[in-house]
Amino acid sequence: MKFLSVLLAAGIVATAMAPGEAAAQDRGRIVIGMQLEPPHLDPTAGAAAAIDEVTYANLFESLTRIDERGDVVPGLAERWEVSGDGLTYTFHLRGGVKYHDGTAFDAADVRFALDRARGDGSVNAQKGYFAAIKTVETPDPLTVKVTLARPDGQFLFNMGSNDAAIVAPESAETNKQRPVGTGPFKFDRWVSGDRVVLMRNPDFRDPGTPKLKEVVFRFISDPAAQLNAVRSGDVDAFPNLGATESLPILEADKTFVVKVGTTEGETVLALNNGRKPFSDVRIRRALAHAVNRQDVIDGALFGYGTPIGSHFAPHRAGYVDLTGLYPHDPARAKDLLAQAGYPNGFDAVIRLPPPVYARRGGEIIAAQLAEVGVRLRIEPMEWAPWLEQVFKGRDYDMTIISHVEPLDIDIYNRSDYYFNYHSDRFAAVMDELSRTVEPERRAVLYGDAQQVIAEDGVNVFLFQLPKAGVWRAGLTGLWENSPVPANDVTAVSWK
Amino acid sequence: MRRPGRRPLPVNLIAGAVLTLLLAGMALVSLVWTPYPPEAMRIAIRLQPPSAAHWLGTDHFGRDILSMIMTGARNSLAVGAVAVGTGMAVGVPLGLAATSFGGWTDETVGRLTDLTFAFPAVLSAILITALLGPGAVNAILAIGIFNVAVFARVTRGAARQVAAREFVRAAAALGRGPAAVTLVHVLPNISGTLIVQATISFAVAILAEAGLSYLGLGIQPPAPSWGKMLNEAQTFMLLRPTLAIFPGLTIALSVLGLNLLGDGLRDLLDPRLRAGVRHRSS
Amino acid sequence: MTAFLGRRLLTLGLTLWLASVVVFVVLEVLPGDPALLMLGVDARPDTLAALRARMGLDQPAPVRYLAWTGGLLTGDLGTSHTYGVPVAELIRDRLAVTAPLTGLAMLVSMATALPLGLLAASRRGRPADYGVMAFSQLGVAVPNFWFGILLVLWFSIGLGWFDAGGFPGWSAGIGPALKSLTLPALTLGLTEAAILARVTRSAVLDILGEDYVRTARAKGLSRSAVMRRHVLRNALIPITTIVGLQFAFLLGGAIVVENVFFLPGLGKLLFQAISQRDLIVVKDAVMALAAMVVAVNLIVDVLYALIDPRPKAAS
Repeated sequence: MKFLSVLLAAGIVATAMAPGEAAAQDRGRIVIGMQLEPPHLDPTAGAAAAIDEVTYANLFESLTRIDERGDVVPGLAERWEVSGDGLTYTFHLRGGVKYHDGTAFDAADVRFALDRARGDGSVNAQKGYFAAIKTVETPDPLTVKVTLARPDGQFLFNMGSNDAAIVAPESAETNKQRPVGTGPFKFDRWVSGDRVVLMRNPDFRDPGTPKLKEVVFRFISDPAAQLNAVRSGDVDAFPNLGATESLPILEADKTFVVKVGTTEGETVLALNNGRKPFSDVRIRRALAHAVNRQDVIDGALFGYGTPIGSHFAPHRAGYVDLTGLYPHDPARAKDLLAQAGYPNGFDAVIRLPPPVYARRGGEIIAAQLAEVGVRLRIEPMEWAPWLEQVFKGRDYDMTIISHVEPLDIDIYNRSDYYFNYHSDRFAAVMDELSRTVEPERRAVLYGDAQQVIAEDGVNVFLFQLPKAGVWRAGLTGLWENSPVPANDVTAVSWK
Repeated sequence: MRRPGRRPLPVNLIAGAVLTLLLAGMALVSLVWTPYPPEAMRIAIRLQPPSAAHWLGTDHFGRDILSMIMTGARNSLAVGAVAVGTGMAVGVPLGLAATSFGGWTDETVGRLTDLTFAFPAVLSAILITALLGPGAVNAILAIGIFNVAVFARVTRGAARQVAAREFVRAAAALGRGPAAVTLVHVLPNISGTLIVQATISFAVAILAEAGLSYLGLGIQPPAPSWGKMLNEAQTFMLLRPTLAIFPGLTIALSVLGLNLLGDGLRDLLDPRLRAGVRHRSS
Repeated sequence: MTAFLGRRLLTLGLTLWLASVVVFVVLEVLPGDPALLMLGVDARPDTLAALRARMGLDQPAPVRYLAWTGGLLTGDLGTSHTYGVPVAELIRDRLAVTAPLTGLAMLVSMATALPLGLLAASRRGRPADYGVMAFSQLGVAVPNFWFGILLVLWFSIGLGWFDAGGFPGWSAGIGPALKSLTLPALTLGLTEAAILARVTRSAVLDILGEDYVRTARAKGLSRSAVMRRHVLRNALIPITTIVGLQFAFLLGGAIVVENVFFLPGLGKLLFQAISQRDLIVVKDAVMALAAMVVAVNLIVDVLYALIDPRPKAAS
């Protein structure tokens, strides 16, 4: 038996000396780390952000396109006109575009994709984006005329989302495993549980694009392993690192660039306004005073995160800083609790979804609320039961969640939303907003909206979720901010 | 039968007893005193190395590691005790019933224990906690169910041997009912085996609880748990490696102590007794 | 022998059938709607209904049970809801990690434990014996996930010899793939070796105490010759049995160790599928694990019956 151990020891030494991936750094290739593996690669049939983080703008394209700043720019449509009543959109498509399987792209594909997304059997996660569409017409192969039943201010933005990707009838049903799009990269292979590999699309319409030959997406869910992969050179970039605690280590290292950018994720301690005692505004304000926002940011995200005082991203036009409305003040919180009839506090349950910010944030908030007598029982949940019970079933006291859709303050106007909040004042502001097109006035209205929900203390507003990106120095073209979930590699190259 | 008193106490018994007493002592002391409240967070002093103020350092929330380990001992012992207690309370009567009634009772008990052992225990535990949600009670249930099977099997085996002895058969021949024979003659004679098995099962239960908590399926925050501490330590391994040392060391020493105690007791009570079923959770 | 085998096969079938019922019922009551999870927070009721119908979730439970088990019997494991690929393919991909891991761990465990057990038995009561017994006690007490973390601390973070986790895939070549399985296999194998060393020691001691061994020694055969000719061969019978039985433990351990090292194996698949409510994958993965354990147990039973000349107990 001795030979076995010798053999094994020899094997260990031999493999230990095998060169890692880092040694073979190739200027035409990039390895991008992602926290989660996508369930499949069809953006028109799933809500998972990981699908977009692989496919958006790389494999699939939509009529319009969202750029790094969140602006709408031309996509498969090189220009468009909107009628005066806001009901007719005429898109002029790019010519000479081909799908990865060689079939040509034209207006018929657009009509197919839009009709499929809004049709009866549709499993599109954002079917609502297409709800206003009345007809899709194709006057000629490079023109698409979309008529809406009602004006929709977000229509061009929505048509730039990955959910509105223009898929071809030949490949629509097999995109989950073998995605076929029009983008600058082609799908190459998928090693289940480990990586997806994309290769340059040689027939892409713009000969200089993309700059890279090969893009590898590696899926590494554990924070410690993420850091290790970055440091060992196994991945060249981790655009959204889960391990914010390790950013200082990377920032100190000149071989890496660390960019903490913004996302559209307003993170809140959501309160069930329809349930006692949270239906009492004094209780909600007491909780806001009891929470030490900076400690939550420091403890949950190691300081990376911008405090927010209402449900609005600080980088957006119309933002009002309301973080000073409820300063951390346990004594004031106790007073308010006593006024509301709970001098000795109360018991409640906080149900937490899986992300680290929610789990860690929940532990810290439980400790903070305990100081004013509010005793929380922590109940960690997986996504599926959280969605079903908390989000859809509205069966909860408190939860922590980041709302990642851009400009989504209108959710406070939905009576069937899980906050169980209703305010006539807020509804009036939203009503005026939907009828207003002038940007200055819209900004003022957004400010009013933030003010109303902050004063009502609907939720305890915590922080804007950061996008902690890290990549090797010398890599350019990666997004620093994240207006939509994406890792657009079109313009990425090595210096 | 050999009288235990004549032999010197085995070394492993002493070592095991000392370690186990230390563990129990730590758990008891934590009821009245820990250096800091184990749940008190001070973000400003997070991830500190061992120091005079914090002997084993602090975690990512600035909690005192020593205080958490002490309180964790209590939680660990509680889960282990309840799980093994449940296992005995259900498993021993099942095993006794199987031997005294025989026939289909015996057959059913045998089949059910076989079924339980057919799966890796960790797999059953994952399914149970997935169904019921993670938490201490469900972890106890998952570990307890496994222990029911263990004790049913051990009891059945030991009771069968005793029942075959002459004095028991004599009692049965004298017209005593099977229940009376079992309670008066069989149970006292297998108590040594059961005590040994309980000690070993206790050690296994502590390991199992730590494993489930490591996977996020056991004791939930804010209650400190050794397994969960190790899970979190892995995240901060680069920043503060000592975090991963102390909770693991505590688990290992506790399990070692209980196992040594079990072996020592077996040597003491009856050197001929074979080792108990040394099942493991993983 | 035929009757024995028949009875064994019947038990195997019964166990697997019971397992399928338990797994199905457990997953029926598991909270969480897979369709809602896939389509997210903005899904509309009609989209959800369309997806549920597509996934077959609108059928009554007995129909789904029969469809599932019927499929299993004909070798059709169904299609994963989330990944949209045949489950058989997923399980095969993941087994390509779990099976080598378990195999390597078994190798490590035997390569360590058998020499140690022999050494301890042949030096009974001497320092070497105590050393092995202490190793065994420690090995049983150390949780495998902690041992894994310690190995990572030492060899990955300290020395930088290995990655802290992950698996490059066999397509990256045998070398890198084996390298990433080295620490996990050592973790699993060495903690398992503790038990095996103890069993080996006592098996060898039992045989050393048998009459024919004493006779052989009395006839003047040297100690090492006795060891080789008689003891080793006979001790292999109980040791083989234990090694077979260890398979279930190793498989269970692999589920945990895959989590320590972030390996995309069967255990990781199971956790993922549970959290994504990809029920068909959970059911099939559990059945696959159960089938492997039961099959190995059967093989061990049969081997035992073939090797061991003593009459079999009825249990």
